[in-house]
Amino acid sequence: MKNYVFIAKAIPEGTGGKAVPHRREPGSVGLVKKQFYTFAEPPHEMELSSGAKLGPITLAYETYGRLNSDKSNAILILHALSGDSHAAGKYAEDDKHPGWWDNTIGPGKAFDTGKYFVICSNVIGGCQGSTGPASINPATGKEYGLSFPMITVHDMVRAQIHLIDHLGIDKLLAVTGGSMGGMQALRWAVSYPDRVIASIPIATTSKLSPQGIAFNEVGRVAIMADPNFNGGDYYGRTVPREGLALARMIGHITYLSDDSMHEKFGRKLRGKKSFGYNFNVDFEVESYLRYKGDTFVHRFDANSYLYITKAIDYFDLSLPEGSLVKAVEGTKAKFLIISFKSDWLYPPYQAREIVKALMINGVDVTYCEIDSRYGHDAFLLDEGEMSKMITNFLANVAERSGIREAASS
Amino acid sequence: MAEGARIDHSVILDLIPAGTKVLDLGCGDGSLLVKLVRQKGVTGRGIEISEEGVRACIAKGLTVLQGDIDQGLRDYPDGSFDYVVLNQTLQAVKKPDVVLSEMLRVGKKGIVGFPNFAYWKMRAYLFTFGRMPKTEFLPFEWYDTPNIHFCSVLDFTEYCAKNGVTIEKTVYLSTDRGGRVLRGVRPNLFAENAVFLLSARKS
Repeated sequence: MKNYVFIAKAIPEGTGGKAVPHRREPGSVGLVKKQFYTFAEPPHEMELSSGAKLGPITLAYETYGRLNSDKSNAILILHALSGDSHAAGKYAEDDKHPGWWDNTIGPGKAFDTGKYFVICSNVIGGCQGSTGPASINPATGKEYGLSFPMITVHDMVRAQIHLIDHLGIDKLLAVTGGSMGGMQALRWAVSYPDRVIASIPIATTSKLSPQGIAFNEVGRVAIMADPNFNGGDYYGRTVPREGLALARMIGHITYLSDDSMHEKFGRKLRGKKSFGYNFNVDFEVESYLRYKGDTFVHRFDANSYLYITKAIDYFDLSLPEGSLVKAVEGTKAKFLIISFKSDWLYPPYQAREIVKALMINGVDVTYCEIDSRYGHDAFLLDEGEMSKMITNFLANVAERSGIREAASS
Repeated sequence: MAEGARIDHSVILDLIPAGTKVLDLGCGDGSLLVKLVRQKGVTGRGIEISEEGVRACIAKGLTVLQGDIDQGLRDYPDGSFDYVVLNQTLQAVKKPDVVLSEMLRVGKKGIVGFPNFAYWKMRAYLFTFGRMPKTEFLPFEWYDTPNIHFCSVLDFTEYCAKNGVTIEKTVYLSTDRGGRVLRGVRPNLFAENAVFLLSARKS
């Protein structure tokens, strides 16, 4: 009874234990520098989705790797709510942390800077060098504050197009990002089909669920209820730090999963053996959230939090057509869509809706649901599987497109 | 058996004309689909339920969706593929009848490859030992096997007749001597594996 090869349903290989999240030191892009590009100088302001006009606009951006001679190896990385242009490397040797997606960008990593030219810019509305509510309004000489126009994910992409034009790149080899970055990756591929060869939207959705909007709204209300908010006019004074910290704490709960909270904190007490019987920090999880909230207020502007969360809420890929299937009709990009099983903020069923709409249109779409326990945060942690998939997918895209690698000298 | 030498793959490769549009249901690690894409230049798509399988397909440069074929061909428009392949998967799906009718709606033609449970060695095993056949390549116990819907060549033929499915071609296989096509009689007894080329009967 041998050679029953036909009968067995293939046994999946490598079903063993999963690697734990880790950050790799080798393969760093090294020291990097933030750059700036300013455009849309009056009277050529950029028109926004709302109909308002904005200009001048500055985008802060960073690049890693080398652009090849025919400028065909560029990959645009798109950041999420609290991200910025600093996706990889360090500004100085003694920086405590590298860029936010350093585990995927660098020589030999998923976005291999030995092969690709990687770009990441801070979104408009942001507060890390790009024009946002904390920027000076040239018309008044004062910070915009809440007079900054409402922005959308599409507006973020519109601004990025100016940057890509400025860099002389006609067609991006790939656009990619997680969460709100994934929304941008979708918008790029759907609205600018001639400028994108491949799109890798990760842990994202074609429209945020009411549950997601609800969490964003609680964060915004927390900020606006802070006594120091002052209608968004707090620059040069005490900032609404309590409100912003609270918004961030709420956010962090949504990025984790029940499982990952059990693993990370359990019910462990923070620096004590028994309950304090007061309202100071008792549990590790309380300490974590407070720490995340406290550190966030030092690097993030509360008004930017309002504007960007609203942009996330407004995002709906099916508009203006009203049907996702219709909306993605003209898309030409090759897609790799990744979701994470334990992500309840951007759950896999929402990714599958995008997959379905693309598939009905005959778009070349590959979809994988990674069996991670780390919730929405999984796209930042990268347990290794995501990187491998991206590496293989990009290698295939580059090969099909006949991309030449950047000259090594 | 080496991947490159699988006789069922060779048979399916021969059944599918070059340059067609093919959907492989339960494509596993993509070993059949990659041959179809590379050797026959088909536009290939796969659906695979396991993350491991999907990852292996991506590594081969294939376009694959992670999904459960028991749940979802309904999103695919009628006749959107020239061929829909269901190889060594029929016995593992929850609702073979639904999957079969869906594959013949989505595909102009369907190719089903499955193990023949009435193969004489299976009968002998059951007869001799009085237990569910278990082999090196079928290592599962009755309670943990993914293969939940075995059928015989006769069963399948009868299903087609009853359900308006036209059998356009059948190929019966044996793994003897490295795998070969059987030309003799009584396939229900001697075929270890069968490949059916199907289409929906025109009404």
